[in-house]
Formats: sequence, C-alpha cells, structure tokens
Amino acid sequence: FQYPVEIPGGSNLEVLRVATNARRLEKGEEELDTFAFEDLVRERLRLVQMDPAFLERSVNEGFSGGEKKRNEILQMALLDPRVAILDETDSGLDIDALRIVAGGVNHLAGPDNATLLITHYQRLLDVITPDYVHVMAAGRILRTGGKDLALELERRGYDWVDQATSPASTAPAAAAVEVA
Amino acid sequence: MVVAPVSGAAPRPASSETDEWSRALLADGTGPELPQADPLADGRRQARAAFAAHGLPSRRQEAWRFTPTDPITAVLPRRIAAGRPADPSSWPAPAPRTVRLVLDGSADPLAGAPLPDGITVLSPAEWAGVPGTEAAARGGGDWPLLLNRATASGLLALRVRGAVAETLEIVSDPGSAAGVLPLRLVLLLEEGASLELLQVHRAGGASLTSVVTEVRLASGARLHHGLIAQGHPAAVLLAHAAVAQEPGSTYHLASSSRGWALSRLEPRIEQTTGRAVTRLRGLQRAAGREIADTHSRVRFGGPEGTLDQLHKAVADDASRSVFDGAVVVPREAQRTRAAQLSRNLLLSERARIDTKPQLEIVADDVTCTHGATVSRLQQEELFYLRSRGIAADQAARLLLRGFCQEVLGELPRAASPWLAAGTGEGSGR
Repeated sequence: FQYPVEIPGGSNLEVLRVATNARRLEKGEEELDTFAFEDLVRERLRLVQMDPAFLERSVNEGFSGGEKKRNEILQMALLDPRVAILDETDSGLDIDALRIVAGGVNHLAGPDNATLLITHYQRLLDVITPDYVHVMAAGRILRTGGKDLALELERRGYDWVDQATSPASTAPAAAAVEVA
Repeated sequence: MVVAPVSGAAPRPASSETDEWSRALLADGTGPELPQADPLADGRRQARAAFAAHGLPSRRQEAWRFTPTDPITAVLPRRIAAGRPADPSSWPAPAPRTVRLVLDGSADPLAGAPLPDGITVLSPAEWAGVPGTEAAARGGGDWPLLLNRATASGLLALRVRGAVAETLEIVSDPGSAAGVLPLRLVLLLEEGASLELLQVHRAGGASLTSVVTEVRLASGARLHHGLIAQGHPAAVLLAHAAVAQEPGSTYHLASSSRGWALSRLEPRIEQTTGRAVTRLRGLQRAAGREIADTHSRVRFGGPEGTLDQLHKAVADDASRSVFDGAVVVPREAQRTRAAQLSRNLLLSERARIDTKPQLEIVADDVTCTHGATVSRLQQEELFYLRSRGIAADQAARLLLRGFCQEVLGELPRAASPWLAAGTGEGSGR
C-alpha cells in the first residue's frame, strides 16, 4: 500500500494480534495468547523504534507518513511473510525514518523470504542493498541487472533505458528492486 | 373505560385488538400493589385515564411511523410481580468502586447496599418539584411515559451532593418472566455535584421493561450517564430519559443496546436557559427481525448551549433501525452550537435503516450541523486487513468492532464487566 489504510476504531494491537495468529496457524504454529503476543510485539517494536503507545491507537489513524510506514514494517516483522511487496515505502519519509524503515527491511531479509521494493529513487538503495534491479514500464520489465543498474539509472535517467530498449514505449514508471 | 361482560359473551369493543392490550394491562391485578394514597396516586390516576383513552401508538403518528408495535402486543399484558432472574449469578461482579442497586419493581432497591457518600434519598415533596417528564408528557403524546406512569408502583428518587467518588450502577433484569416491568428513577444533582451513573437493562424472555429516568442538573453539575441494554429476541425495552440542564451543567450520555425485539430509547434534554453542555453517544445493534429505535430531542431554552451528538446503528439480517433526532433552537437560543451525526451500517440486503435528523432553528446566530450516512463495511479497509492474512469474516468483525468502539469507549468504566459478559458484546457481534 502506497498509502496504508486508516481503520477508525480498529485497535492496532488487536489487528496485529489477529493477523499474527492467522499467519502462525497457517505456518502450523500455535496461536499466541494475549500476554505472549504483547511480549513479542514489544520486542519487535524496538526494531522500528516505535512508541508502544501506537499499539493502543486505531490502525494508522492520525499516524504521520513515517509512522504509517514504520507500522507496515512492524506488520512485516510480526507476520514473517515469504514474499513482501513494499510499494514506494520510501515516499514521504525523512532521513531518520528512512533509515529505520530500511534497517527493518535489512534485518528481516533472509534466505527464506523475498522482498520486492518499488521505488523511483536511489536514496532507498543507498540503505538497502538489492540483489536484483528491474526497470519496469507500462507493465513490462525493460531491463534487469544488479545494484549497479540502479546507480547507472540514477546517473543517466529513465530516458536512457527507454531509448536503449524500445523507442516506442512510454516512459518507465519505476524501478523494482528485489532483495532475496 | 370499563368493559362489562354481558350475558356470558364479551361485548365486541369498538376499538381494535391493540386497545384490548392496553385495557387488559390496566385491569391486571398481578403486579405489585398500586397504593391509593401514595404521592404518585394522582399522577397515576391521570395517566391511567390518558393511557386508556390513547390506546397503542399507531403508524399514523409521526413518532411511530417507522416503528411497528407488534413486539409490544406480543408481551403478556400484565405486570411482573418481582422482576428478578431465577439465577442472578449470571450477572458479572460489579467493577471496582461501583455500588450496585437492583430495581425489580417491587423490593426496596436500597435494602441491600448503602448508597455511595454524597447520595441520599429524596422525599416525595422534593422529587415532586423535579421537572422532567411532566412537561414532556403534556398532550399525552408520549405513550411510553403514559405506560410507565399508569403502571409503576413506586420510584427511586435520589439527591446527589458534591463529587461522588463511586459509580452508581442500577440493574434491572426480569429474567425469563413474562409481562410488563415499569421502573422509575429520579435524580437531582445539586449545584456542582458530579456523578457517574450506569443503568443496565437485561431480559431473558418475553418481557417489556419500561423505564423512565428523570434528571435535574443544577448549575455546574455533571452527570456521566451510561446505559447498557442487552435483551432477548422476545423482549421489549422502552427507555425514556428526561433531563433538565441548568446553565453550566454537563450531561454526557453513552448508550449501547442490542438484542431486543424492540428497543426504543428516548433521550429528551432541555437546556432550561442555555449555556449548558450536552454530549450524546448512542449505539444500537439489531439482527434477526429486531427493531432498534432512538427518538432523541434536545431543546435549547436560552443562548450559548452546546450539543455534540453521535448516533450509530448496525442492522443485520432482516432487522430495522430507526433514528429520529430533533434539535430545537428557538429565538432566545442565540449562539447555540449543535452538531448531530447519524452513522449507520447495513450488514444485509434485507435490513433497513430509517434516519431522520430534524433541526428546528429559529435563532439566526447559531452554528448547527447535522449529517447522516448509511453504508456497508468499507471494501478498502476489508482488503487492507485481508492483505495482512486476516480471513474475510474476521476482518469484517474487526471493522464492526471498530465502528462500535467509538461509542462503547465512552461508557463509564463500570460497563466493562457487562460488556465482557454480554453475548459477544466485546467481540463485535
């Protein structure tokens, strides 16, 4: 979600607990009771440097852009997804929030999961090192490379990929980056 | 009117079956004795005459246009002798710092527990001066009031002085008894007094609970009034609250009702000369074929009063919800600030919601807003939760609980044990 949805009245803690337990059941693990979950969530909160007060609030309601994105990373940290798609997770973040979000993504990346980051900017890739970079436009991947591709893109602009591949295509929309 | 049987066969009354219900109730001798010489006797006699003449409300009356009365006539037209459940252990223990009284229509509610410090019993001479329902009952149009006046055998009248530290909890629960349970409560909050009050109404069978609460708030007095009503698919609740507010007083009502064949809540607030603060939060939930009805009325008798009203309703299955919210701002009520919002959630194709904000504004220098929405659960919110691995039905429950929480969160703390004990009350449905 580029803009995580606000759920007025929906307790953030409860949504996290229900979602975490749904995921645990799916993985064949036992559900956590309220106390065990609170312990877990407090530990994971440190990863995204969030104030526990956020748990008591309604999901994303009145959260700043950075708080919403950190909440998304907290969800990732609890749900332990095999594949995560982060759509412009760097938009609207100041430098500190960007570092925290990136730190979370780096920490959670492992051999058993994959993260697809969608971004327009190199600055996210300064703090998260991707395994693959794909340049995408109009629903097609125009070019695939390593992290150097993103650096080259930053230097030469999207037009360069456009001209180098198909002159008729529309301007590339975004670079997709994979962290495996 | 008295109908005498003639030569073995009952005469065919000119009136309809519904009037038979009223007559049978008046003729009934099973309930607690109605004293002839008590201070209520005059009012009762007048109310009985008006009740008999009035008959049941009909859909031709605007106040009952959307509210069918069949759930009322389905209740046995007799008074319940002592409305207590066979097993009150189904009640949760009171919350800390809460004094619980039980109103069953006959036993002395004060026999069990001492009243909290600051609360004393009002004498008949004192409560006779508490204006409230008398004004509202004028004209005889308020049928639930007439019913209550005509059948209640007594009342609980209390005076509140200073800041009362404990919450006063007043419980009524006729259990599985069938019939009518009329209850009256009078509260007089003196200057600067403050009280947290929780009224709990439950039912476990085909009963009709008629409760009238009259409140007078003197200057600077504050009342946080909670009402939790957990019913039964054959039970009816008619709850009328007449509140008179003097300048500088604050009245905060939060109510939650669910599970009644018919629940009708009638908060009537009068800011006697303005400059008072009124905050109303209501939640009504209906499922099956239940009818949830709120008719509220707030009148500003002077300038600079404020009202903040939010009414929420959830209608599932083939249930119906009715909201009629009147706000009356006469010429003398300049600089009134009133906001009213009716938010409704339809959970089924067959459910129906009628919502009618009514603003009668004559004063020209006022800020009054009102709005009404009827919607389904937000698809975008459902999708967000499902994208986090939460199953569709569980996501819907979470959203529903979120919708309700905005009102439930304003109930007095003493409500928590009741909410937890209610059938899934805390879990959305």
